[in-house]
Amino acid sequence: MAEREKLIEIKDLQISFGHGKKKFVAVDHVNFDIYKGETFSLVGESGSGKTTIGRAITRINPTSAGEIYFKGQKINGKISKELDREVIKKCQMIFQDPMASLNERAKVDYIVSEGLINHHLYKDEKDREEKVQKALREVGLLPEFASRFPHEFSGGQRQRIGIARALIMEPEFVVADEPISALDVSIRAQVLNLLNRLKKDRGLTYLFIAHDLSVVRFISDRIAVISKGRIVELAEAEELFLHPFHPYTKALLSAVPIPDPEVEKKKKLLVYDPSIHDYSMDKPVWEEILPGHFVYGNQKELEQYRREI
Amino acid sequence: MAKEPILSAKDVQIQFSLRGKKLMAIRKCSLDLYEGETLAIVGESGSGKSVFTKSFVGMLDANGSIVGGSIMYEGKDIAKYKTEKEWMTIRGRKIAMVMQDPMTSLNPLKKVGKQIQESIELHQGLKGEAAKKEALEMLRKVGIPNPEIRYNQYPHEFSGGMRQRVVIAIAVACRPQILICDEPTTALDVTIQAQILDLIHKLQDELKMTVIYITHDLGVVANVADRVAVMYAGQIVEYGTVNEIFYDAWHPYTWALLSALPQLGVKGEDLPTIEGTPPNLFNEIKGDAFAPRNKQALKIDFVQEPPFFDISETHKAKTWYLDPRAPKIEQPKSIRRLREKMRERG
Repeated sequence: MAEREKLIEIKDLQISFGHGKKKFVAVDHVNFDIYKGETFSLVGESGSGKTTIGRAITRINPTSAGEIYFKGQKINGKISKELDREVIKKCQMIFQDPMASLNERAKVDYIVSEGLINHHLYKDEKDREEKVQKALREVGLLPEFASRFPHEFSGGQRQRIGIARALIMEPEFVVADEPISALDVSIRAQVLNLLNRLKKDRGLTYLFIAHDLSVVRFISDRIAVISKGRIVELAEAEELFLHPFHPYTKALLSAVPIPDPEVEKKKKLLVYDPSIHDYSMDKPVWEEILPGHFVYGNQKELEQYRREI
Repeated sequence: MAKEPILSAKDVQIQFSLRGKKLMAIRKCSLDLYEGETLAIVGESGSGKSVFTKSFVGMLDANGSIVGGSIMYEGKDIAKYKTEKEWMTIRGRKIAMVMQDPMTSLNPLKKVGKQIQESIELHQGLKGEAAKKEALEMLRKVGIPNPEIRYNQYPHEFSGGMRQRVVIAIAVACRPQILICDEPTTALDVTIQAQILDLIHKLQDELKMTVIYITHDLGVVANVADRVAVMYAGQIVEYGTVNEIFYDAWHPYTWALLSALPQLGVKGEDLPTIEGTPPNLFNEIKGDAFAPRNKQALKIDFVQEPPFFDISETHKAKTWYLDPRAPKIEQPKSIRRLREKMRERG
């Protein structure tokens, strides 16, 4: 597995907001790699910093320390104009709320082709129209929809427009920020299938941001659990569900509702209490406890986790 | 089940008039509620689950009205209630409601404690210090630490989960007999969601309440419900105990809902989806409302509305599949898988 190409590398990333006394560190000491062609999920509660990381990769949020590499090139902080444009083209984002993320006053045609227009990625008007139609068809919408406004569509269709808008740039990497949280149960399945199909057809790589572990298990190859701006555990999807080590991961897993009444009624809810970590003397480290399975903890905790294996 | 229901809705029809057109939001819905149980109503948005339960407390929007059927509660037909005065004897006092979004259901300009006290003063007749004491007690009951300090704070000083606890405190302050929870946890994080569900369960035991959950999350249903009613296009299409619905459902819409869950999906395979959209309720619906979206629909589904067929004493489904003349149709894979898993556990 070591030969797999790393598309995104994140090293000791720190993101803070505000200055001086008001400075707030939202994300600290974050390290992970995303391999080409995989779906990497970032799971955590609201306020844990998961969206902030996604936005930092797409250069929406500035970083305060650490490095982000895209195909081996550093893309955070000051970079050349050409590289900036390249990153914007190749790293696209799908947003959470399809009701809020589309321009109400623009037609679908414009919404989808806005990226093309900004980057002059089309030869002539005909070429642009063709590209829009192709993108719409690819996400399962009719080309005629181009002349309509967003309010004419249902939530699921709007999310497809959001996906088409990202796809038309022919990205290699897509940050999907809770793309199904705002959708109805029956629509969720359609959008998940679409994302999976696009991954296969186009060889896309996803960073999938979510708070619901159950959805993530179905779609991801690897999962990172983030709490208060720190990644506390990272493993392959099934491995994480079978052998969670960190108490926060365990608490998250216990809170996931399972659609099976007998299992659900017997389950015990675990509550995570951050004060159990005593990091005053024994400093915590980011350790590979099993091959490909990382966990954050101090020597004493790691010792205990090893006994659990 | 020989028990008498405490609330019994029969053939309820609710109509809205929108821009001169008539929309039939609830099309002959019947529901019995038994004392002490937890009933979950599931369905897509727009299926009418909120509207149906809002009619139990007289909270329909001004352009909507009950045009048929009856809702019997304590020997009276509350579907006939018209004035606010009549509703005030029930709403809040006997039947209380918890709304989805704690951001919008609290008054941002009023101290949290006062908002709880308000409901106590209105319904229990307590005044001043006595009401305040009761409000503090409620805050403690719903698990808010330092009630004396929290009493004097405003909603914006609370987190989403804490705010929902306040909303619950207001709802249960008058010891209602029935508590309706309309998507109480949809706006919350999973960990907080689990805590809130736990809290409602605890209060239900303590105060001997009957709870109706409205939700689209089948995971939540599995956790809380004793009985489940599945709703589609303004009708209940299947009732049953929670085990009957999850391990032996028969309505194709219930199948579709369960199969579409990512939790039950197999990695690498496509999830089964529900194609199309729910029917337009401005039009009259012929036959089974779900038939146009059902790939295995029978011919009769498009012509005649199916009646309810009994599967067991507690389990009923409104589908022609259960008619003895219908061709043999198998339950979908995900349901059989769930059942096998249950059997394996013994």
